[in-house]
Amino acid sequence: MTSAQPGIVVIGVGNEYRGDDGVGIVVARRLRERFATGVTVLEESGEGAALIEAWQGAKCVILVDAVNSGAPPGTIHRLDAHASPLPAGFFHYSTHAFSVAEAVELACSLGQLPSHVIVYGIEGQNFDLGIGLSSAVEEAVTAVVEQAAGEVREALTPPSRPPVNSSSRSLRLG
Amino acid sequence: MKSRTIKVDYLARVEGEGALLVKIKGQKVTDVTLKIFEPPRFFEAFLRGRKFYEAPDITARICGICPVAYQMSACHAIEDACGVKITGPIRELRRLLYCGEWIESHALHIYLLHAPDFLGYEDAIRMAKDHPDEVKRGLRLKKAGNEIVRVLGGREIHPINVRVGGFYKVPDKKDFAALAEELKWARDAALQTVHWVATFAFPDFERDYEFVALRHPDEYPFNEGRLASNKGLDLAVREYDQHFVEEHVAHSNALQSRLKEREAYFTGPQARYNLNFDRLSPLAQEAARSAGLGPVCRNPFQSIIVRSVETVYACDEALRIIEHFKMPDEPAVSVQPRVTTGYGCTEAPRGILYHRYRLDERGVIMDAKIVPPTSQNLKTIEGDLGQFVQTHLAVQKDKLQWQCEQAVRNYDPCISCATHFLNLRIERE
Repeated sequence: MTSAQPGIVVIGVGNEYRGDDGVGIVVARRLRERFATGVTVLEESGEGAALIEAWQGAKCVILVDAVNSGAPPGTIHRLDAHASPLPAGFFHYSTHAFSVAEAVELACSLGQLPSHVIVYGIEGQNFDLGIGLSSAVEEAVTAVVEQAAGEVREALTPPSRPPVNSSSRSLRLG
Repeated sequence: MKSRTIKVDYLARVEGEGALLVKIKGQKVTDVTLKIFEPPRFFEAFLRGRKFYEAPDITARICGICPVAYQMSACHAIEDACGVKITGPIRELRRLLYCGEWIESHALHIYLLHAPDFLGYEDAIRMAKDHPDEVKRGLRLKKAGNEIVRVLGGREIHPINVRVGGFYKVPDKKDFAALAEELKWARDAALQTVHWVATFAFPDFERDYEFVALRHPDEYPFNEGRLASNKGLDLAVREYDQHFVEEHVAHSNALQSRLKEREAYFTGPQARYNLNFDRLSPLAQEAARSAGLGPVCRNPFQSIIVRSVETVYACDEALRIIEHFKMPDEPAVSVQPRVTTGYGCTEAPRGILYHRYRLDERGVIMDAKIVPPTSQNLKTIEGDLGQFVQTHLAVQKDKLQWQCEQAVRNYDPCISCATHFLNLRIERE
């Protein structure tokens, strides 16, 4: 257990041709630059079944996606998938029939949800066709990258001591 | 009346979604309105000014579910423009890649999107609680398809290994051997899928459809063939624009396709099956018969069986290709641009996907046209809904709404290219 990789998977979800919907992809790419080894960084469209495959066998999953909950653009939501169900409709833009929230719920039903799943939702402003993030969302990218990088580093540390939480929410590391 | 319509327009504009509105006045359906959002229109503009070899990678971004279809139609259209015809092992590899996409796309739709309708569950999450083994089988089957796309395409979503003229790199023999092992399991799972969905109850429903699909002299169609229909259509792909037209309709932002001579048509698995049953492998034909299907299936609710039969075929065909595969000398052939227009049409999981590109002497794309299958089926879906509601007016509203959603899903409208339709409203006056 200590010698094996803990199976850390970072998943950026979104469509970079849909304005702020691409923010998850942007964050994932920046995290990929930071962690050359030990972390699998994936870019996904947000289709639910593909997400379940992407995190299969992982111990720790950090998923980043654009959200549309009505909060001010750039607002960062950090959700622990085990703590409570992800709000329905939250990930409206990233996919359609079967998306992030449903993938988490389905994996849960099947007993296939990794023991540690953190979802970063970044409030988008512009989801029109086109490339580039709006400024409020661009600003949020840096903060999310820092925070998620901290969580990745923590997960990379061998579990010789009780896990330390990097945020105010309580986490249960597997 | 007007304000209600505007409200639906607003829903559609919220993006990524379609909306469906059925209006009933007394005992008569007065209006069926289906709206979808269509990214391909944006991409057509986006492609102008780009080099010919960029078309496969750019258009692959239109859809996370069927990127291979966009890549294949783009490659074939560009190669048509440049006077190149791909044969031999590279052509076989393209078929293999398409098998992967059909398997993953069909498994997703059968198990996670459509089956819950038949079994009375609101969604796959609730279905999974009672049918975990089936859902797990569906997920693994989908993964087997993804694996083909990953090995051959370089990655699962938006494969990067496809290029005009062939591939950047051909995988090793040992990669294919690993694929074959899982595909043997997948073929059995696909047969089980056929038997499973054949037990579902299907509403008694059919109309006089014109089914349109590719037809090839020897093969069940993926990349190549003439455009054929059960009502006499028999065209080369380059004649598409002479016979099919896209037009704005008053109620929708989306373009709708129709045959110039005969209006709505039906594309997708059921059209392919009805026009190409004789081209299916013996195993797939046998699976269809065991599920009670003849060589023609007109009930769109039974499309879930047809999709399962096609999944059997795709697994079978993938195994055949792997078994007989010989490494090509080069992963791609050279393609030089010339001033002309090229046409391509391939069979996406949801039906025919048409691409047209006009190139200048430097190989710059001057003009592009992309017609996705979902927009080609829109008129037919509206027709189905109109007739279905008209003949089921006595059904309680909730159940009717449910069945309307199920009827839309018969066509597996592309959830990435198009929409998650299900802002559905039925208004009675």
